[in-house]
Amino acid sequence: MSNNWPRPEPSLVTVWVLARRELHDALRSRWFALDTLAFVLLGLAVAFVSGSGTGEGLAGFGRTTAGLVNLVTLIVPLMALTAGAGSIAAERERGMLPYLLSQPVSRWEVLAGKWLGLSLALSTAILLGFGVCAMAVAWRGGTSQGASQLLLLAGLSVALAIGLLGVGMVISVVSRRTSVATGLAVFTWLLFAFATDLGLMASTLTWRLTIQSIFAACLVNPLQAFKLWALDAAGIPLDVLGPVGQYAVDHHAHSLAWLAAGSLAAWAIGPGVIAAIAFSRRAAA
Amino acid sequence: MIHIERVNMSFGALHVLRGASLEVAAGEAVALCGGNGAGKSTLIQCVTGVHRYRGSISVGGFDVARQGKSARRLIGYVPQELAFRDEMRVDEVVRFYGALRGLRRVDVPSVLRQVELDGHARARSRVLSGGMKQRLALAIALLGEPPVLVLDELSASLDVDGRESFLRLLVGLRGEGRTVLFASHRPEEVEILAGRVAWIEGGRIVERLTRSGTAAGSRAVVSGQATKEIDHVEQLATA
Repeated sequence: MSNNWPRPEPSLVTVWVLARRELHDALRSRWFALDTLAFVLLGLAVAFVSGSGTGEGLAGFGRTTAGLVNLVTLIVPLMALTAGAGSIAAERERGMLPYLLSQPVSRWEVLAGKWLGLSLALSTAILLGFGVCAMAVAWRGGTSQGASQLLLLAGLSVALAIGLLGVGMVISVVSRRTSVATGLAVFTWLLFAFATDLGLMASTLTWRLTIQSIFAACLVNPLQAFKLWALDAAGIPLDVLGPVGQYAVDHHAHSLAWLAAGSLAAWAIGPGVIAAIAFSRRAAA
Repeated sequence: MIHIERVNMSFGALHVLRGASLEVAAGEAVALCGGNGAGKSTLIQCVTGVHRYRGSISVGGFDVARQGKSARRLIGYVPQELAFRDEMRVDEVVRFYGALRGLRRVDVPSVLRQVELDGHARARSRVLSGGMKQRLALAIALLGEPPVLVLDELSASLDVDGRESFLRLLVGLRGEGRTVLFASHRPEEVEILAGRVAWIEGGRIVERLTRSGTAAGSRAVVSGQATKEIDHVEQLATA
């Protein structure tokens, strides 16, 4: 028996070992295949619909980008929330979490490893989706004008996914069963995607909110922050969003990207910290 | 090597451990015995850092609560219920846990050979039987040659032949000077492997019995003060 025990690995090495495993498993999973396939098909459909009337079948990069903003606003949060929700809850339900935590790893390393691995998997799915759309547009002779906007939208979509992954992981940490976690993730997605808009409309009518308050409320919702940023970055006039868009153009034309980035960063970091605290206090089994 | 002092642990309103204390010296093999629900597995999972607890547990001088990673580096753990990711192959499982233990290279064939799983390196973990999973868990527990082995119901899923070879392997490991703490219901395991028996009841270690006391039916040291007649080790397991 050796007396030279391996020295504790630096935390980042352990995080990378766990992240690589998570990425590997995600890439082989059905959710990854289905999410990527859905994203590709819907992206191609958007490209076709955006190009209808041009006589070319597929739209160019610019129109495709504009069409993809709404698709991303709906699909990517659902992908991120459900992926995050399954991360810890699934391992707990299948009895693998106690065994993992009995290894020389800390809880924050497990959480960080899963977050990093899932971030990479989601990024891969999104970039694959965008890549196929871009190839299809280019194949049908779309002009390169607007290609950089599509690239930028892909980057922002990754940021949106990473922003919401932490929320999914909070759900996962507090849920005992995967089915409950997935249900809560879908409910959260509905809240972000639809209920907050309706609530904002109702609040505006009831309390006669100022345009500044409505703009601030939009920035608090990561989906709306993403939409404002993506449309602005794509060069699409924000007045298509109504008075809030007009207010953003008039008063925050130069700072809108920073405000939206701050919102997404806060959503990426805040829930991540909450998940870490909750995970450190929750029972493993 | 393992120092457990006044450990309390509860699942909600259910108090599972109530001031459990136990010392396991380096190179010693201690069996944790007791009835169902006595707290054996919970105590073992506290030692491996899976559960939060009140009290103090240290392994090799490392506090499990505050220096958990360093403490667990010294422990090879074989749980009662085993679950690996279904899609992972046996060699992937070994490499993954080896990497978590800080090993840059793992000689998978020799690791699997020592637990008689050679030939199954490419099998998916979902096709392994309970006994094979248990042997795989032992192979993982031995990665990096940790000085402490912690086993929960060490041969729960093994058949008679598998149990015998598993016990032979453990006796050999104990002979190498490893510290062993294990929970068991089986008298023959306790008799073969344990140098000492700790009896857990109602979440407390109520008796600490020497091997001579358990095997020969002689008087055994109980709780460090009182003594108790134990006729045979089977009484321990069936009481």
